[in-house]
Amino acid sequence: MQQIPDVIRQIPLNYYVFFSAALFCIGVTGVLTRRNAIIIFMSVELMLNAVNLLLAAFSSYKADPAGQIFVFFIMAVAAAEVAVGLAIIVMIYRNIQTIDTGILNKLKW
Amino acid sequence: MSLITLIPLFPLIGFLINGIGFNIVPKNLAGIISTAAALASFCCAVVLFMNFSGEVQIAKVFDWITVGKLNISMSFQIDQLSLLMLLIITGVGSLIHIYSMGYMSHDAGYGKFFSFLNLFLFFMLLLVMGSNYVVMFIGWEGVGLCSYLLIGFWNKNTNYGTAARKAFIMNRIGDLGFLLGIFMIISHFGSVEYLDVFEDLGHGTVAGDKTIMWITLLLFIGAMGKSAQIPLYTWLPDAMAGPTPVSALIHAATMVTAGIYMVIRSNALYSLAPETLHIVGWVGLATALLAASIGIFQNDIKKVLAYSTVSQLGYMFMGLGVMAYSSSFFHVMTHAFFKALLFLGAGSVIHAMSDEQDIRKMGGLRKALPITFWTFLIATIAISGIPPFAGFFSKDEILAHVYEHSPLMWGLALAGSVMTSFYMFRLLFLTFFGEFRGTKEQEHHLHESPLSMTLPLMILAVLSAVGGFFNVPHLLGGDSKLANFMAPLFAHSHAVAHAADESLEKTLMIISVIAAILSAGIAYYLFIGKKSVPVADSKVAGLQKVIYNKYYIDELYDTIFVKPISALSKFFYSVIDFLVIDLAIEGIGKLVKGLSSEARLMQDGRTGVYLFVMVLSIAVIIVWTLKDFILVGFK
Repeated sequence: MQQIPDVIRQIPLNYYVFFSAALFCIGVTGVLTRRNAIIIFMSVELMLNAVNLLLAAFSSYKADPAGQIFVFFIMAVAAAEVAVGLAIIVMIYRNIQTIDTGILNKLKW
Repeated sequence: MSLITLIPLFPLIGFLINGIGFNIVPKNLAGIISTAAALASFCCAVVLFMNFSGEVQIAKVFDWITVGKLNISMSFQIDQLSLLMLLIITGVGSLIHIYSMGYMSHDAGYGKFFSFLNLFLFFMLLLVMGSNYVVMFIGWEGVGLCSYLLIGFWNKNTNYGTAARKAFIMNRIGDLGFLLGIFMIISHFGSVEYLDVFEDLGHGTVAGDKTIMWITLLLFIGAMGKSAQIPLYTWLPDAMAGPTPVSALIHAATMVTAGIYMVIRSNALYSLAPETLHIVGWVGLATALLAASIGIFQNDIKKVLAYSTVSQLGYMFMGLGVMAYSSSFFHVMTHAFFKALLFLGAGSVIHAMSDEQDIRKMGGLRKALPITFWTFLIATIAISGIPPFAGFFSKDEILAHVYEHSPLMWGLALAGSVMTSFYMFRLLFLTFFGEFRGTKEQEHHLHESPLSMTLPLMILAVLSAVGGFFNVPHLLGGDSKLANFMAPLFAHSHAVAHAADESLEKTLMIISVIAAILSAGIAYYLFIGKKSVPVADSKVAGLQKVIYNKYYIDELYDTIFVKPISALSKFFYSVIDFLVIDLAIEGIGKLVKGLSSEARLMQDGRTGVYLFVMVLSIAVIIVWTLKDFILVGFK
């Protein structure tokens, strides 16, 4: 059975970099253009995973496990963040019956 | 602990007991404690005087300041000068303490008064006993403080408080000069001990040295303040706001002679500065004449005596100016006797008159106050320079030395002495002779003072009568005891010790005695023969009005110094402080507030905008961080 790093190395590193960059840009665009809070959340997750992918790829190519360990940390933190974030969104919805960020403009001055 | 350190310690203990326990110590005990402290110091001084061998004794208490080579110690020096001052201060001081027990008996601040009096004695003793200029300065400042406290003793009267402040501020001006003088001594001699400084002078310092001149001039400025000379004399007449025993002790017998003590102590320095001596002499003469002329028209019994004190101090400085140090000191001594007596007598009169001080409302008091009258008469004769009382000997000695120096000065000084005799007899006649001019109530209340007040009067009267015999000149068959006793003090200088021409001296003496008696006669003619009484304030006119208002010197100082300074501070307050400083500080605050009220509008609450700005900023930061890398890529 092939080792996971070997599998990863079957594809050239450049491809991973371009793919991650594309994924990250999609995430950023999503955050900037969408107004639904849940979609924004998903876009943020997309950005995080773009980074995770890149870390895993580099970790394999450099034969250094530190990158993969980082990925685990990021996944754990992201899970916690989603839990809190979704709870907030639920509370917002209960209060104003919408999760449109365009309407949430009272937090100023 | 030696006897020397005990002398200042007694009054200090007295002050601490009365001062700390002022509401515990019973009223009668407070006076007794203070008086006992003064008497104990007097006894120590007498014992020291009896056992004095002629050698200078230094009693070191502790090293105070040691910086590099400069060592300032808290130590006392006992020699001829400090011994004589000690006897005067503790002797007259004790008498005045006894007197105060009677005079202040009805006063609410009895204990406070005695604690201040003891504190004053302590500082005055430090002043004359210190073996260096710094200890003298401690005493110098301390007596100024006590003078302030005692002038403003009845502090519920605002005018008295103002008088106290005036005295303090004027003294501070002088003290600044004194302090600068001490600094110059330190930088020039590297020591402040009298013995070191005078020893150092012996090594080739020539007369007319500029540094010595500045040192002596600065020290003299200190003396001007403390001893009330032109231009810093105006505080002394106002200082009469204090209780009368205070005027007698501080503003006649002891504190105001501190300046003369200081000059005599530094005689080695002054003898090397002829320019300064010249200034000292003429300032003294001018003060003597100015004050005497003001004294002629004053109607307040204590004001007359105050101007008389200023005038007599002027005589002493005139004597110092012609290097007649021992004669000046002789006058300090006799003046302490008769001026203290005059003030205490005045106090007795005021006491009897229920706090009336205006001599126009007195008259004929000799029947009601016989002891006060006779003692006052003796003091008046003594101060007028009529033989054989004390003032005659001391004043004529000064006049004789002044004549040797400059006949012009002598002529002016004689005019001053004629005025002295005139205003003193005017005071005597208006107060004790003629008809009583006060109210019926006052007349009914007239009484001789109690024994505790009359006893000091009698003792001082005896001293005023015989005080002159301590120093009878050769001319009159004496042996100048005091001058001989003090001679070792002037070993480093070339003080004049003798009158050149005895027949000339005799002539001068006769002239001045005749002049004094004549002016007493004029006073008799005016105030007893013609029974004239000074007119009310509003009717005074012409030159007399100018003099009655003290030549408007106070107003002049007010215009020259006080008003410009207060105008300047007003300017600084309203322009510099208000318009410049406040504007700058408040302006910065307002600017920040204004800018931030604009800047906060950027925060408009729309999440999309925040996110956009955030992403844009991150992009900019990344591009900026990687700019080198990107540029290399393009090449």
